[in-house]
Amino acid sequence: MPLSVQETEVKNPPVSRPPLDPHLKALENEAIHIFREVAAEFEKPVMLYSIGKDSSVLLHLARKAFYPGRVPFPLLHVDTTWKFREMIEFRDQIAEKYDLDLVVHTNPRGAEEGITPFSHGSALYTDIMKTEALRQALDAGGYDAAFGGARRDEEASRAKERIYSFRTPDHKWDPRNQRPELWNVYNGMVRKGESVRAFPLSNWTEVDIWRYIQAEDIPLVPLYYAAERPYVERDGMMILAEDPRLELLPGETVQQGMIRFRTLGCFPLTGAIRSTASNLEEVIAELEIATVSERQGRAIDRDQSGSMEKKKREGYF
Amino acid sequence: MTATATSPSATILPFAEPLKAVRDTRPLRLITCGSVDDGKSTLIGRLLWDTKAVKEDQAATLARDSGGQNDLGLPDFALLLDGLQAEREQGITIDVAYRYFSTDRRSFIVADTPGHEQYTRNMATGASTADLAILLADARAGLLEQTRRHATIASLMGIRQFVLAVNKIDLVHYDKAVFDRISHDFREFALSLGVRQITAIPMSALKGENVVYPADASMPWYDGPTLVDALELATVRSTQAGGFRLPVQRVVRPGESFRGYQGTVAGGSVKPGDSVVILPSGTVANVKQIVTFDLVRNAAVAGDAITLVLDRQVDVARGDVIVSLDGQPMTGHHFDAQLVSLQPGGIEPGKRYWLKSGSRRQRVAVEPISQLELATGKWQPHASTLAMNAIGKVRLSFEELAVFDAYDQNRSTGAFILIDPDTLNTVAGGMIIAKRAEIGGIHRADAPGGQRVVLSLPADLAEQLMASELFANRRDETEVKRMTAKQAADLFSNAGGDI
Repeated sequence: MPLSVQETEVKNPPVSRPPLDPHLKALENEAIHIFREVAAEFEKPVMLYSIGKDSSVLLHLARKAFYPGRVPFPLLHVDTTWKFREMIEFRDQIAEKYDLDLVVHTNPRGAEEGITPFSHGSALYTDIMKTEALRQALDAGGYDAAFGGARRDEEASRAKERIYSFRTPDHKWDPRNQRPELWNVYNGMVRKGESVRAFPLSNWTEVDIWRYIQAEDIPLVPLYYAAERPYVERDGMMILAEDPRLELLPGETVQQGMIRFRTLGCFPLTGAIRSTASNLEEVIAELEIATVSERQGRAIDRDQSGSMEKKKREGYF
Repeated sequence: MTATATSPSATILPFAEPLKAVRDTRPLRLITCGSVDDGKSTLIGRLLWDTKAVKEDQAATLARDSGGQNDLGLPDFALLLDGLQAEREQGITIDVAYRYFSTDRRSFIVADTPGHEQYTRNMATGASTADLAILLADARAGLLEQTRRHATIASLMGIRQFVLAVNKIDLVHYDKAVFDRISHDFREFALSLGVRQITAIPMSALKGENVVYPADASMPWYDGPTLVDALELATVRSTQAGGFRLPVQRVVRPGESFRGYQGTVAGGSVKPGDSVVILPSGTVANVKQIVTFDLVRNAAVAGDAITLVLDRQVDVARGDVIVSLDGQPMTGHHFDAQLVSLQPGGIEPGKRYWLKSGSRRQRVAVEPISQLELATGKWQPHASTLAMNAIGKVRLSFEELAVFDAYDQNRSTGAFILIDPDTLNTVAGGMIIAKRAEIGGIHRADAPGGQRVVLSLPADLAEQLMASELFANRRDETEVKRMTAKQAADLFSNAGGDI
C-alpha cells in the first residue's frame, strides 16, 4: 500500500483478492462508471437499499466506485415493518461497519390505518407500504437521483428500462416515451422535481450476482442459505413462521424443514424453497440447474401479467 | 452450447466438468434487426429457450398469456420479449429490449430492436453498444429494403461483424439455391458498406434448426456454423490499441494529501511513470499510481474503471480528458460528424444544443450538410432540419475547445449525444468524422476528404446550387457556406491578417 493512500484515513481498507474473470470485470466496470456518473451529475443522489443480495452487490460496487473516498450519498431503506428480523439486524450491522449514512422510512399510514399484508391483501399493501412510502421518502429527501438494484433479466418490463430511467415529479414512469440511451453516454439533465432512477446492475443476471458475491466475498443475510427453519404452507408458498404477528389459519400447522430464500422481501409475501444449499458454493450449484426464476417466490408479481409494469408506472421501483 | 457439447462422441466431457462456467471473455453484445414478420422475436425466444435461459414459471406465464401453443407445441416466443402492455396489445415491438443468455463458452447481451421503420431510432440505440448485428431475412421474401436500411445503420454505428439469418428456410423446402442467392445478395451489399466479416446461416427459428442445434437432416448441404457457434466465435471490440484516454468523471479528495481522478479508461492503456496531457488545458504530468479498491495496480487498459493519481498538483476537473503524450486526440472548435435524429422535433440548423461526450457537456451549434437516403445509400445535400429517424452529416461548432477522436478510431471518445436545451431530452446520437480546420473563410477538412473548394454564398443561391445534379456528383470536392453579404464582409475583414 503506497504512502499517499494510507494517509487518507480510509475506513475498512480493502483486501487483496484474485482478479475477477473478464465477464464479471466488465460488469463491475460498467456499474462503477454509472455510479460515478450519477454522483457527479446529480445534486442529491440516494441509494435504495433493500438489504437483499442485489442491494448487497450494489453497495459493494458503490464502495469500490468511490474508494478511497466515502460513499457520497445516503442509503434509503423503505421499511414496511414486515421484513424478516434477520434483514433488519443485518442492515444495522452493515451501516455501522461501513460507516454509511442510513435513512429509514416507514409510511405512517401503516400504523395509523392498521394496514398489513394479511388485512389488506398483497396488492394494496404493496401500493401503500412500498410504492407510496418510497415516494414519500424520495420527496422528503429532495433526491434527484435514486440508485436501485433492478436487473433487466428479472422481468419483462424491466428488460426495456433504461439505465437512467426518467421519472416525472410525481414519480411516474412512461415506458412508451423513454429517453434514448446510446453508448455509455447518459443524459442526466432533469428539471426541478424530476428525477432518475439509476440501475447500475441492469446488465447483470442472477448467476452473475451470485458469482460476484462469491468472487468478492460479499456478506449476505443468512436467510439466503439453507437451514432448519419453521414454516407454514399458505397459497402454495412456504412462509417463515418466526414472527409472532403470523397468525395460523384453520388447518395450518408450523412445520420444520431445510429451507432458504432466493429473494428477500416482506416475510408474509416471500416464499421459501426447499434446499440443502447451506453455503455459497452449494447455492450457485443449485442455481445453475434451477428450472424456475427467482421471482417465482414473490406474490406481488403473480397478481396479473404485466403487473410489474403497472406498479412501476405508479412509482414502484 | 459448443459444437462438442452436441456431438454424441463428446457427451461425456461436459458432465465430467464442473457445472460452473468459467468464461474467459467479456459478454458479447449483439443486436437483432429485420423487417416486421421476419421472425425476430421468435428467433430470440428460440435462443433463450434452447440455451435454457427461460425458466419454468416464465414458460407457464407464457402459456397462460398466449392462451395456448403453436402447432409445434411450443410457447409463443414473441410474448417472452414483448414485455410492455402496449406491445402485447398491438402485437409489435416498440422499444429496445435487452435479453441475456449464456453458453458454456461465453455470455451474450442481446438488444432486440423494433422492425418498424418509425422506430429506426431505437435500432440506432441498440446498435450503439453492439459488437455484432444479426440481420434477419425471410427466405421467401429475400432481402427487403428495410434489411438494407438496418445493415446500413448498423455499419454507420460502427458494427463490423454481421450474421445474416436466412429464416423460415423450411418454408422454401430447404432449397439451397434460395439460400445461396440471398446470401450472395447480402454479401455484395455488406461489402459495399465496408463490412467484411459476414456469416450467412440458413435456419428455422420456429423449429430450432441451426439456431443452437445443427440441422444436418433437413439441410445436409449446409456445413457452416449454427447461429450460436457463430456468436461464440465473434470478437468483442476493444480500443486498447491507440492512445490512452481517460475522461475524468470526478475528482476524489478524501484527505488533504490525496487527489485522484476517477473515470473509465476509454482507450489505450496506462502505467505508473507514463507522461500524460490534460486536455483541453494541455498541462503535462506523469502518472504516479493507479488506485482501485482491490489493490494498487501496475497497469490499466481500456474498459477499466480506475482512479489515477498524478505526480504533481495540476488543475483537473470533471469533463477533462487525460491522454497519452503520444497519439493525442483532436482538439478544436469545429468538427464534422454523422448523427441519427431521434425525436419528433428533428435537429434544427443553427440551434444551440447541449452535447455530451464522455463526461463532458458543452454547448454546440449544429449545421446539417447532407442526409443519407437509406433506400439508395447515397448522401444528398440537406441543409434544413433533419427529421426524426434521419441520418445526416453535420458540422459542429463549439464555443469552447472540444476534444474528440474519430468514431472509427475510438467508439467512446468519438461518440456523443445531443440534448435539447428546452425539453432536456436526448435528441440525437452522433459520431465524429474529423476535425475541421478553419482559416478565415477558407475551410479544409483534415480527413478524410482532403482539400476542397469552399464557396461562401447567400443562402438562397447556395440552396439552388446544391440542388443541382452537377453539384451532387462533385459533392466531395466542394463545400458551400451559407452567409449574407454582411457576414462575408465581417469574416474577411476579421481574417484579413491571416490570409
